[in-house]
Amino acid sequence: MQVEMIMPQMGESIVEGTIVRWRKRVGEMVQKDEMILEISTDKVDSEIPAPVSGILVEILAEEGKTVAVKSPIARIAAGETSQAGAVAPAVSPLPEPPVQAAAADFSASAAPESVIVPEPAALAGERRFLSPVVKKIAREFGLSDSELNNIRGRGENQRITKQDILEYLSRRGGDSSVEAMPPAVPVRTSTPSPAPQPAQPPSPAPAVSPAGTQPGRAPGVDHEIVPMDHVRKRIAEHMIISKQTSAHVTSVAEVDVTPLVQYREGIKRTFEAREGFPLTYTAFFIEAAARALREFPLINASLDGDKIIIKKSIHIGIAVGLEDKLIVPVIRDAGRLNLAGIARAVHDLATRARNRQLKPDEVQGGTFSITNIGTFGNLWGTPIINQPQVAILGTGAIKKRPVVVNDAIAIRSMMYLSLTYDHRLIDGLYGGRFLQMIVQLLENYKFD
Amino acid sequence: MAETTYLQAITDAMREEMLRDPRVFLLGEDIGVYGGAFKVTKGLIDEFGEERVMDTPISEAAIVGVAVGAALTGMRPIAEMQFADFITSGFSQLVTNAATLHYRYGTAVPMVVRAPSGGGIHGGAFHSKNPEAWFVHQPGLKVVAPATARDAKGLLKSAVRDDNPVLFFENKYLYRRIKDEIDPGEELLVPLGRAHIARAGGDVSIITYGAMVHAAQEAADKLAAEEGVEAEIIDLRSLQPLDKEAIFAAVMRTNRVVIVHEANLTGGIGGEIAALISEHAFEALDAPIKRVAGLDTPTPYAPAMEEFWRPNAEKIAQAIREVIRF
Repeated sequence: MQVEMIMPQMGESIVEGTIVRWRKRVGEMVQKDEMILEISTDKVDSEIPAPVSGILVEILAEEGKTVAVKSPIARIAAGETSQAGAVAPAVSPLPEPPVQAAAADFSASAAPESVIVPEPAALAGERRFLSPVVKKIAREFGLSDSELNNIRGRGENQRITKQDILEYLSRRGGDSSVEAMPPAVPVRTSTPSPAPQPAQPPSPAPAVSPAGTQPGRAPGVDHEIVPMDHVRKRIAEHMIISKQTSAHVTSVAEVDVTPLVQYREGIKRTFEAREGFPLTYTAFFIEAAARALREFPLINASLDGDKIIIKKSIHIGIAVGLEDKLIVPVIRDAGRLNLAGIARAVHDLATRARNRQLKPDEVQGGTFSITNIGTFGNLWGTPIINQPQVAILGTGAIKKRPVVVNDAIAIRSMMYLSLTYDHRLIDGLYGGRFLQMIVQLLENYKFD
Repeated sequence: MAETTYLQAITDAMREEMLRDPRVFLLGEDIGVYGGAFKVTKGLIDEFGEERVMDTPISEAAIVGVAVGAALTGMRPIAEMQFADFITSGFSQLVTNAATLHYRYGTAVPMVVRAPSGGGIHGGAFHSKNPEAWFVHQPGLKVVAPATARDAKGLLKSAVRDDNPVLFFENKYLYRRIKDEIDPGEELLVPLGRAHIARAGGDVSIITYGAMVHAAQEAADKLAAEEGVEAEIIDLRSLQPLDKEAIFAAVMRTNRVVIVHEANLTGGIGGEIAALISEHAFEALDAPIKRVAGLDTPTPYAPAMEEFWRPNAEKIAQAIREVIRF
């Protein structure tokens, strides 16, 4: 029988404790009442005795880790006397459910038998509190109660935080063996955490695990776990939230930009000499999008539950990819700027984005976004909507291609536009007409 | 560029608006010859004369009443309350007359009432109040509360140009403590009703305004350096109209909220913001909303007692820790 040791409550007001040192290692024999670990709480530092005699089969809370009172910290195979015996439960297909026991219940120390409270599958049957955002994410991803119960919560009383559920979902998405890995590093720590522990230290008895499965944490595994930095976490969150929020659908249109390319080639040198910054194609795309947005107000909108918020001003966000991150500075009132004004704003924002000099105000408040998929030569894509907006335009690379013009084959400069829009609000007809208007504006560009 | 104090920024805003528009004039107790209790109007009587910088009797009802009347005839008065505490004597003129005239007659009421508010200066129960919530509750008034010198200048200039009665709660504690680089030639206008992000951070959003923006900065910097928690600060700047979109966007970003105001807790603006979040952004919350506010008593005079009464960086940091730990 396996006995689970839990973090004891060392006083009325104490809610958590920190593991200072394990005196025993996994696989070692422990005697009942033998001090096997040291903990530290806000009030006292204590030595904690083993509740039963047996073999320490698993340490669930490593040294330096702070865990909530009553969280499991270790498992002891009660009554086992040798390592061979300890391995035995793991081979059995249905190991006995762990039994929960206070590591040291001081109020009941006079009656040691009462320390062990049989509570089979304690966690599985108990419904934990879920915060509104966690509930929403669980509902949108269709997580079952039992799946939720398997997510390790790192909030108060092991509550599942938003971070916990998002990490679970990103792990679940890929290689299922990764799921068995312990989370690399706590995402939020209220106290400075010790050096990151990439994985469980090599265990002397790796075959023993509560579920009886082979966890992917054997020494020498062929992967590395790297904690996400702050910016990457925000990007990841933003993308997931967008996918959860909107019903993404992408339409692709082809544009003949031959006249536009010729026009730009003709004036780009004088333009740059006169204005001091280059005239990029992006400026044309923004100008066309801004004009089309005036005719299609539902694209320049956001959703708040069942309310549609139609924005009066047109502020266009431009995705700028930096080495390690993505930032979307916003061109305010793009609808009121002329081509040179747009080109100037693009140049200014992109330059300052690269130099990390943008002010917080300059990366928010966008009502529509444009991302240039063509920068690296790609033709078209399916961009993710920048919440709370309802559409994003991807511009592909301009390439010369043979196309049919008046039943003859001609060489034209062609590009693709990909419009991803939120089908909750925008149907194919409206989204398609908006995209076609941009096509028309670019193909019949009014040169001045 | 010139280093401009919060106080000087207010003076500059009034001076620029008076130069721009002959309809703008000032009135209040001791604002002329004496230059104002805090010297905000110092020198203006010499420049503009006593017809445009009017010393009045000690009667807030009369000051606000005259401002309402002048606004109805097309002038654009800026009335000074010597301390926001005494605005109560002009309360009826504000909430019964100024706030409802447009609703009743469709007329513009372009007036500004400046009210030096807030504690931390050992002013005791009569010289420390933050009465903004009373006026936010009254439809028909606009209410602003700047935290920086730039916003003090830009919001006051926008307030003068607004056709509605605007209450301008300037914070006494910030008068000479806070400075910004302001280009004297810049036409600085900050739109009413727009919040801004005073500090970027992804772990929790602190929603606040006025002097507490600076206490929140101190708390956020300390938590970032010592505990790795990055708090975002939303400086509301305007309390009516309130920038709800900025508030909801913050909740969507961080899912955790701490609201801070110096005004006492009960019936304060924090309760309204918390209710709005609960109504419109409930599903974005990952932790209960916490409020940090003054205690529900008059502001004590004794420095140690006042510090105990007033929200500060340590109290804000503690609230953030609780919200983050949840």
